[in-house]
Amino acid sequence: MTTSPIDRVARATPAAAARRIRGLSDRTIAWIFVAPSIFLLLAVNIFPLIWTIRLSFTDFRVNRPNNDMEWVGLRNYQRILTDDDVWQTMQATAHFLIWTILLQVLIGFFLAFLINKKFRGNDLWTTIIVFPMMLSPAVVGNFWTFLYQPQIGLFNYVVAFFTGADPAGFSMIGDVHLAPWAIVIADTWMWTPFVMLICLAGLRSIPDSIYEAAECDRASKLRQFFTITMPMVLPFLMLAVLFRGIENFKMFDLVVQLTGGGPGNTTTLTSIDLKREAFEKWRTGYSSAYAVILFVTVFGLASIYVKALNKVKDR
Amino acid sequence: MNRILLAGVAGGALMAAATMPAAADGHATDLTLCWAAWDPANALIELSKDFEAASGHTMNFEFVPWPNFADRMLNELNSGGQLCDLMIGDSQWIGGGAENGHYVKLNDFFDANGITMDDFIPATVTGYAEWPKGTPNYYALPAFGDVVGWTYRKDWFERPELQAEFQSTYGRPLDVPATLEELRDIATFFQGRDIDGTTVYGAAIYTERGSEGITMGVTNALYNYGFLYEDPDQPYVLDGFVNSAGAVAGLEFYKSLYDAGTPPGSSNWYMGENIDAYKSGQVALQMNFAFIWPGVEADPNVGGGKSGYFPNPAGPAGQFAQLGGQGISVVSYSDKQDAALEYIQWFAQPEIQAKWWELGGYSALKAVVEDPGFATSQPYAQTFLDSMAIVKDFWAEPAYADLLIAMQDRMHAYVIAGEGTAQEALDKLVEDWTEVFEDEGKL
Repeated sequence: MTTSPIDRVARATPAAAARRIRGLSDRTIAWIFVAPSIFLLLAVNIFPLIWTIRLSFTDFRVNRPNNDMEWVGLRNYQRILTDDDVWQTMQATAHFLIWTILLQVLIGFFLAFLINKKFRGNDLWTTIIVFPMMLSPAVVGNFWTFLYQPQIGLFNYVVAFFTGADPAGFSMIGDVHLAPWAIVIADTWMWTPFVMLICLAGLRSIPDSIYEAAECDRASKLRQFFTITMPMVLPFLMLAVLFRGIENFKMFDLVVQLTGGGPGNTTTLTSIDLKREAFEKWRTGYSSAYAVILFVTVFGLASIYVKALNKVKDR
Repeated sequence: MNRILLAGVAGGALMAAATMPAAADGHATDLTLCWAAWDPANALIELSKDFEAASGHTMNFEFVPWPNFADRMLNELNSGGQLCDLMIGDSQWIGGGAENGHYVKLNDFFDANGITMDDFIPATVTGYAEWPKGTPNYYALPAFGDVVGWTYRKDWFERPELQAEFQSTYGRPLDVPATLEELRDIATFFQGRDIDGTTVYGAAIYTERGSEGITMGVTNALYNYGFLYEDPDQPYVLDGFVNSAGAVAGLEFYKSLYDAGTPPGSSNWYMGENIDAYKSGQVALQMNFAFIWPGVEADPNVGGGKSGYFPNPAGPAGQFAQLGGQGISVVSYSDKQDAALEYIQWFAQPEIQAKWWELGGYSALKAVVEDPGFATSQPYAQTFLDSMAIVKDFWAEPAYADLLIAMQDRMHAYVIAGEGTAQEALDKLVEDWTEVFEDEGKL
């Protein structure tokens, strides 16, 4: 007769302990197992969220612990939503989000399509392409400042080589029109490989037999692309968009290193603005309201998006 | 010989024991001093070795690069952290340090140990130690006098062909500028010029966005054109002073200097970038705090007589310069306050202050700077004295960070991004600052 490890553990359990455990229902045992996780979730996520919501209705400042905390109702929310500067940061964030996602999806999908073909050195190229996403965003931001340097920067020289412009004649991070694109380019360089990997997973999940059947039906390559490849990769693409959207909505380190939010407020994204309010101005109540607004925005948009994603998957 | 040596050591030990109570008590303590990571901090490490030898205490140092210094250290103070026993905090922190209880009030300690603020340069006492300003309530000992001044390529200025060209263009010799307008002419003159086969530019000025850079730069123009922080007769009344016609002209001047005479790509430059640009031979002029001058003199490319120094030139409303520098305070959350006070007592001694200057630290003690040999002790010493005589400082209110961020935003948006007009930028600054003071309950 063979005995399983569970049987052995059961036999080794002291009789007194075994009696106590036998007295517990499955539901109780389940609760015992999940309780630590629930406690951690409450302590680390839920409680701070509730506390933040509470603080958002006050004028609390964490650097003035001796001051009385006053209840200000919706004043913080009203100030934020009627502040032109906040809306400007929202616009900067929207510009950054839309263009990074668009470029990363297009280039990432294109790269994945190429890498999916069998050719010599395929693995090596895949490794080289994914290299940027292995770097720290702060490091990427830092060295792109050098690439964008008008006098010594490689980027300016490459642009000058192709356009004939004076490399010292334009400053990617100092010009109000170019700076928003400077952060888009750096982020696209860094995170396109991530989108590519997800697309690659999607492409490789398509069985060859579907393409073979299409070939038998004499479907053109273009037709195969739009009726097989795209629909089957779409859920993966949408997942990549979700990940990049959430990540870029809270983008901070790369942009701070690259432009510091400038020139002026041109590249001040909401996360940078929020950090300034919370940890430089120490307006804790105000910044809590700001954080709640951003949370609701991201949560709302993400929920709508996930529903759409599920519909696509169910098709 | 050995006996003489032994006697000398014994004498030194006795003197140290007499001046340093802790050594006599034998309570050796590990002290941590927090400051910015820059050249003077290295000099302080050297200087503090004498304190360690004399007191038996061990000095540890927590130095943070300037761009993160305020964030890191104010976080530490606001959270009541015990990392720092001694804090050489920025001059603008003094209000918050005092009102929020971060710093120990030092009046009684000064009285008990014969330390008087009359012995220090008045501007440094007001700037680094007092809160409220103009009252004899001291929360720091002036530790490092600093001020914005200018460094220039003397060797370039002395070239006959450049002198002749400048003379024919501007009708005056190429020399140290007496006014800000003249300074802009010089910057424009050098902009894009070929010198020894290299394209050089006019001036490296403060334009940094993230911490305090552009504010520390633009104020050198604003003050000299008539900007005032508030109505001298009515505190916190800003309209007509912050955005006066003179202030607008000053801001327009700074933008014109940025547009006409600075290196391409210098849209986010502060101390480090300006030093690099100057030492690498990119610029003829450099705006920077005086702390860099010992490093310039020692540099093989631009030191050894190739560089000259001058105070911030005058404008239509007078000659002023932005105060830098810091005072040293005892952190109230430290449980080693006695040892920290010992350090301050030691640091305040005239012979220690003299050595501080020798090592590259800018002493604020009158006995040091008024010494007959001081002005000629270094090529930049006279400029330091002249500059310290014309200083003005930014707000030192507890809400200084709110005030600073607003100014950074408005100045960068106008000067670098070119958004709106100077009048609009200053009008918006008045709105921002008024809102801050209303929130503070001061309006």
